Amino acid sequence: MKEILRLLEKDARFTPKQLAAMTGEPQRKVEEYIAAAEADGTLLGYSAIVDWDKVESDNDTVTALIEVKISPQRGDGFDRIAERIYQYEEVESLYLMSGAFDLAVFMTGRTMKDVSHFVFACLAPIEGVTATATHFIMKKYKEKHRIFEKQEEQEDRLLFV
Amino acid sequence: MMDYDSLLSGSVKSLKPSGIRKFFDILAEKQDAISLGVGEPDFVTPWHVRDAGIYSLEKGFTKYTSNAGMTEMRREVSKYLYRRFSLEYDPMKQVLVTVGGSEAIDLAIRATVDPGDEVIIPVPSFVCYGPITTLAHGVPVFVETKAENEFRLTPEELKAAITPKTKLLVLPFPNNPTGAVMERKHLEALADVLRGTDILVLSDEIYAELSYGVHHTSMANLPDMYERTIVVNGLSKCYAMTGWRMGYVCAPKEIIAQMHKIHQYCLMCAPTVSQYAAIEALRNGDRDIEMMREEYDRRRRYLVDGLNELGLPCFEPKGAFYAFPSIAGTGLTSEDFCERLLMEKSVAVIPGTAFGDGGEGFVRVCYASSVERLSEALLRLKQFLLSI
Repeated sequence: MKEILRLLEKDARFTPKQLAAMTGEPQRKVEEYIAAAEADGTLLGYSAIVDWDKVESDNDTVTALIEVKISPQRGDGFDRIAERIYQYEEVESLYLMSGAFDLAVFMTGRTMKDVSHFVFACLAPIEGVTATATHFIMKKYKEKHRIFEKQEEQEDRLLFV
Repeated sequence: MMDYDSLLSGSVKSLKPSGIRKFFDILAEKQDAISLGVGEPDFVTPWHVRDAGIYSLEKGFTKYTSNAGMTEMRREVSKYLYRRFSLEYDPMKQVLVTVGGSEAIDLAIRATVDPGDEVIIPVPSFVCYGPITTLAHGVPVFVETKAENEFRLTPEELKAAITPKTKLLVLPFPNNPTGAVMERKHLEALADVLRGTDILVLSDEIYAELSYGVHHTSMANLPDMYERTIVVNGLSKCYAMTGWRMGYVCAPKEIIAQMHKIHQYCLMCAPTVSQYAAIEALRNGDRDIEMMREEYDRRRRYLVDGLNELGLPCFEPKGAFYAFPSIAGTGLTSEDFCERLLMEKSVAVIPGTAFGDGGEGFVRVCYASSVERLSEALLRLKQFLLSI
């Protein structure tokens, strides 16, 4: 049944009927499995991957990766501070990292100013945060296995195999 | 004015051009067409394999290799065949690297067939065996496999086709276009017929890796068959490397020695850059094969399920990446069915008749295409079936 999760991760729009055909499981079992996985939080949710550069609009958004160094708190380790950070609606993803910094925050704002404001007004003052470094994402090449710019297609071929 | 008709080779002129040319012409003009026609992987060659090719160019490895292929390449082929199919071939004497499986088939037929020799060819099957036999002045003997036998060649059919002139049996399994496979027990039954004869076997195993739920057995695995079998394989289908033109052929050294001469005069050697890429694929590509096979398997189940649901009976294909549903119930011929489906719904599939007699009443649907496209194709097929 892990197979179903892998397939949904690839394309969340597969219907239970399609998943049943592809895995050889009965459709009813697939539906039950998905329902159970949704209920226990194994399947957290479904979302689309959008290339916003293709959308005509005046207010482009900016995405940033913010490295955060923190001093862990007695008893709670990093979790308490992480929680304070991810509660912000602006934070898209938050990971605990090994290496030169502790937390990686991904966030999207309407403007660079928005992001800066978030960093100095919300993030930096949190107790335990000792340093931040903000990197703006300049161009997205690939996300969740999807490549943003369409690759060139080979010319049409007349052949018979 | 030159009279070309009298100047050009009679045996070449006798070859029929492919009947599906017109489909491609129509297809080229359609904007929203879904082609399930061309039999090749929709995957791009895995990056580490492409990278190995690029690296060889950077290093300037642009010269000819030995005629039979680079030693390293032949060693990797030998190891691979042992690892995957328990086949043992001496890389220096029994392996020849060719320009795709197609060249290997050509070499095998030319090296064995004398004028007038008969070559038994099960049909429906890939289109090249007959014409190549004709070019070698041999006589193709087509044997129609049957849907009720899941398109396997039966010992009775084989026995009935054998004459004193029979030189070679072509064994194209897993099969294009039917998706049929021959398991060990089925091959054993054929071997029983072949033992005690002088008939050679050309086993075209290009789809060997794409077997679903069954492990591929080669005719050369069977007792007394190794010494009479020429195994053709290649990297096109299993590693998604069609454009690299990388094939190989393995056989008893006496046969390879003769094939080697033809190859040396006609091709010199297989492309060097492709051999470097192929070495990487054979060495580190088992996981790529597995990943693609799993993906094809899902699409296979999905498509076959969908076709049966639409009332186009389709036996379960256990190999290659084709489904071969019967369209006899529609009352249309295979060719009419395909032409109308393309004209009216912009979906391209290939008439069974393109693969020889016995294909009438069937069409070949290639499922090396995303589930999304297969889903759209099934939808259009449904509309088409309702409209006729």
